[in-house]
Amino acid sequence: MPASSPSIAAREHGPRGVAIRIAGLTRSFGDNQVLKGLDLTVPPGQFLAIVGRSGCGKSTLLRILAGLDRPTGGDVALTAEAGRVASARIMFQEPRLLPWASVLANVEVGLGSGRRAPGARQQALETLSAVGLLQRAGEWPSVLSGGQKQRVALARALVSRPGFLALDEPLGALDALTRIEMQALLERVWLDQGFTAVLVTHDVGEALALADRILLIEDGRVTADIGVDVPRPRRRGSVTLARLEEDILRRIVGPSVSPDYDI
Amino acid sequence: MTDLASAGLRPARARAIPRGSDPGTAGDVRRGQAILVVLAGAVRGRLGPWLVPLALLAAWQAAARAGLIAPSVLPAPTDVLAAGWKLILNAQLLDNIAVSARRAFSGFLVGGSLAFALGLANGLSRLSERLTDTTIQMLRNIPNLALIPLVILWFGIEEDAKLFLTSLGVFFPIYINTFHGVRTVDPQLVEMGRSYGMGRFDLFRRIILPGALPSIFVGVRYALGIMWLTLIVAETIAANSGIGYMAMNAREFMLVDVVVLAILIYALLGKLADSAVRVLERLCLAWHPAFQRS
Repeated sequence: MPASSPSIAAREHGPRGVAIRIAGLTRSFGDNQVLKGLDLTVPPGQFLAIVGRSGCGKSTLLRILAGLDRPTGGDVALTAEAGRVASARIMFQEPRLLPWASVLANVEVGLGSGRRAPGARQQALETLSAVGLLQRAGEWPSVLSGGQKQRVALARALVSRPGFLALDEPLGALDALTRIEMQALLERVWLDQGFTAVLVTHDVGEALALADRILLIEDGRVTADIGVDVPRPRRRGSVTLARLEEDILRRIVGPSVSPDYDI
Repeated sequence: MTDLASAGLRPARARAIPRGSDPGTAGDVRRGQAILVVLAGAVRGRLGPWLVPLALLAAWQAAARAGLIAPSVLPAPTDVLAAGWKLILNAQLLDNIAVSARRAFSGFLVGGSLAFALGLANGLSRLSERLTDTTIQMLRNIPNLALIPLVILWFGIEEDAKLFLTSLGVFFPIYINTFHGVRTVDPQLVEMGRSYGMGRFDLFRRIILPGALPSIFVGVRYALGIMWLTLIVAETIAANSGIGYMAMNAREFMLVDVVVLAILIYALLGKLADSAVRVLERLCLAWHPAFQRS
């Protein structure tokens, strides 16, 4: 796909993204308040990255968005375009494939109860082909490499064509080269399908390679909201990206070095 | 195979002569090496696991024929076979095997399915575990053979007694391993299943049961061993049919060959049951890296 803006690409296929609106979101585990009144609006089809230190609450936020956890207080609303179901899928840091199911059957898990519908197998095969693993459809997951397993997990997440994809550091455990490949694959399927994506990551470079917008979360609150207005496909190591990366890294690690930072 | 090996030896022996060494000794050494090579091949091959039992059998036969073992202590394998053949001809042997096998497997079925059900229930439900696990653990520590006097008082020496004892023996290994298997299913996979909208039944059928299966198979193999052990003891103490009864009966008449035959049959039946489970394991756990052929 050329350097067209994502919103245009999504429009070509009809917008499928889910809009997210969060107001005053709190989540506590016992006495420990992890999210402290968080407000956020994500327009349909946006690729949002959330960065922050370990334990800042970014994963908790993502799990709440994906429906794996419930907020203690506040509102979370995922709304789809009229006539569509606001379906959410999550991709974990580990592939979490069923070792006793073939690669294809693992992708079919993503279809939920619709996996027995006519055409379901075809849909699974097409998604598998989109992640480049069609020829491995009949194999056990245990013979795949780490990157291939994560591609199967991506196919499983995408096969039901969700309106929202939550990504919990899905590339964290991969080697550097496989990571770059997977980032390109993620960008391609996102441009192609136009879902709303929220990526939690430690890697600011990865956030900049993929996201329209980067959110910095510190101590349970949003402390920076940065638009990344760089055309796609983005060139790794471009000066603009490098400046942005430095800027964001300084905000994350900066306070201890220079206490007078502002946003 | 030995013929092939010695045929291959001839050139080597011919070469050994000009060197001036004793041709006989050199040939023997070579032949020894060749036999070793053939043996090593056999160990790696399909016959490998049977080499030691066969060698023991051969040594036993040789010792018996040479008169090293008195026939009243341990008759030669051929005599045992002959006794077996005689019993097959008058239909006693097969009847007794059928009776014992039926007892063993009905006990396995009753005890095994109860254990499987309770293991699943306690693995899946904390409430069920709280209610029953302590009781089961207490019962488990009673040696089930210690119950034989009580069982005879309860059931006499009828089929019920054997069924009760084998069921009880089979119960605990299957219960513990099913319980353990269900509890150690990867919680991340369960969370994945939930996030993909699997209901309780789907979650059980597609994630929990297959995840617990390797552990359940360990329980089944262990239970099969206990099943034979319990049955043998039960049959030798209180029975009027079955292989154990046949052995006890033969002892009364000093028929050592039949006693030995009974023991060998137990060994074979045990091995057979174990092999059957291994085949099943291979079929059901083909996904498991431990069962994949490289």
